[in-house]
Amino acid sequence: MNIQKTFSTFSVVISLVASLFASSFVAQTAMAAGDAKPYAAQEWSFSGPLGKYDRNVLRRGMQVYKEVCASCHGLEQVSYRNLSQEGGPEFSEAEVAAIAREYMVVDGPDDYGDMFDREALPKDRFVSPYPNEKAARAANGGAYPPDLSLINKARSGGPDYIYALLTGYEDPPEGVELRAGLYYNPYMAGSKIAMPQPIYEDQVEYMDGTPASVEQMSADVVHFLNWAAEPELEARKRSGVMVLVYLFIFAGLLYFSMRKVWADQH
Amino acid sequence: MSGESTYTPGSGLTKWLDERLPILRLANDSFVDYPTPKNLNYWWTFGGILTFCLVTQIITGIILAMHYTPHVDFAFNSVEHIMRDVNYGWLIRYIHANGASMFFLAVYIHIFRGLYYGSYKAPREVLWILGVLIYILMMAAAFMGYVLPWGQMSLWGATVITNLFGAIPVVGESVATWLWGGYSVANPTLNRFFSLHYLIPFIIFGVVILHIWALHVPGNNNPVGISVQSKKDTLPFHPYYTVKDGFALCLFMILFAYFIFFAPNVLGHADNYIPANPLVTPAHIVPEWYLLPFYAILRAVPDKLGGVLLMFGAIFVMFLLPWLDTSKIRSGRYRPLFRQFFILFVIDCLVLGYLGAQPAEGVYIVLARIGTVYYFAHFLIILPVLGIVEKPSNVPESISSSVLSSAPAE
Repeated sequence: MNIQKTFSTFSVVISLVASLFASSFVAQTAMAAGDAKPYAAQEWSFSGPLGKYDRNVLRRGMQVYKEVCASCHGLEQVSYRNLSQEGGPEFSEAEVAAIAREYMVVDGPDDYGDMFDREALPKDRFVSPYPNEKAARAANGGAYPPDLSLINKARSGGPDYIYALLTGYEDPPEGVELRAGLYYNPYMAGSKIAMPQPIYEDQVEYMDGTPASVEQMSADVVHFLNWAAEPELEARKRSGVMVLVYLFIFAGLLYFSMRKVWADQH
Repeated sequence: MSGESTYTPGSGLTKWLDERLPILRLANDSFVDYPTPKNLNYWWTFGGILTFCLVTQIITGIILAMHYTPHVDFAFNSVEHIMRDVNYGWLIRYIHANGASMFFLAVYIHIFRGLYYGSYKAPREVLWILGVLIYILMMAAAFMGYVLPWGQMSLWGATVITNLFGAIPVVGESVATWLWGGYSVANPTLNRFFSLHYLIPFIIFGVVILHIWALHVPGNNNPVGISVQSKKDTLPFHPYYTVKDGFALCLFMILFAYFIFFAPNVLGHADNYIPANPLVTPAHIVPEWYLLPFYAILRAVPDKLGGVLLMFGAIFVMFLLPWLDTSKIRSGRYRPLFRQFFILFVIDCLVLGYLGAQPAEGVYIVLARIGTVYYFAHFLIILPVLGIVEKPSNVPESISSSVLSSAPAE
């Protein structure tokens, strides 16, 4: 084996991959830019190859979601039972049952053919604030508050973008006219957003006594929403590390096997 | 396949089988004793890597189909069900979704290797044509697969691509209606795309068998591009190339695993996590990265029909390549002018890919037009002319002499 040639081949492959990466990022930033203000990257405990969610942050974030966001936004892909699963807020099963009991769901039909209301159970999905999109629009001046289950994956920039949006409300600059029901936020494409500023200081009272600043609450709820979008994140990254370690060792074994097999050809 | 069979059954049972169905003989002659040029470099490992990609996509795809629901009301949620409720569903789906990208990365390297070393030239024209056919089938499978999660990009990507058929004169509209099973991309479209997405990989598998057959009749091309002349030029496929392909595959899997576990959505588009909505058009409709060069060509032409014809032409011109390249020398290594034009062509394809992701306006359109003209010029003007005017450098006498002269002391 000619080692130099081997490496030159791999370096070409790697540069191809790098350009692939680069082009996908270029595409994304071009997409995100439009006329919106570029968002800053934040430090999240769940980023990086060894990233993990912070249980306390997840629980605070859920409190913000429940007390603030949930009045307009659903979380319909997430079930209450998920709250006790590994890699999430990890509430106890009793706590989850208690959280679920705060909500009512329609079930049925019963043996008489009637629908009935019952308390939610851990198996139920998070109860949405509106029965359907039309009701949501009617209650919000025609705007539709999107479901938040996947919001961190459904926006280019993910958690950094959502955080920038939540903390980025400003008074409109001179000359910008806002029609009733629209608010100014430079991080939104077009800078006009139908959601009024959702988070204000001390809007919630954290159980653990953390001061509830706008930044704190926003970071907490984005953390929680990231879990809602990627509940598998911790398991995924953990497996990923093990898979890579395995593959690197295996590649080493194959490399030396190859040297041995090819030795008689040189 | 070609040449004399070297297989001798080792036991009574295999002898019995060999006289009835010589399948072990076929396997032995194709993948064990198969004489392979001794000078293949790492660019030749992508055939094996591609086989791995195809098998991975089929296995993960079959499992996904067990949990997926091809209906506009349920498709998006069934994918989330896979991600959240199915045991290791997230792993299966991320392997499948990123596997498509890895498959195309590998096929592009494989194609450009063939382009550089002249692997399409006599006697390998049929091998090349089968390869282009596989590539087209791959694009069809990937496109339909991207529609299945029924996100915003699924719906609108499908709308853009199926609308292309509407550009066909006279019957265009009827063809589009027929493809959709209605008057727009809707439930019948999703349902048939699922059916076809499940079918196409097996067609690919069949054509891959033909591709390997067509490879094993003339035998592998090789980096110096001259044919095998004696036994001294070859090595048995096993163990020499099984171990080399295995090593390369393992490195490829490291890259693959990086995407699956640490950046599973980097190659996708965020909008596809928004459920499909026929009433809201995304700001920019872009296909997956591997189709971007063709998308750039499509949008470079102001006329819809013209754009469609050029886009399909960009693929079909590859069928003619064995006859467009007039040079008798296979390997780019001994073609000093061709080498430079080859690099320009690679850059042109990358630039077109970049432009495909940009909005179709202003300077991007101008550049895409230049890139498109150059793309076709490479096939239709540069390659035919080069073969006539170019003076090749010293081609070695044989594979073994080239190996002896170029191998540095180790």
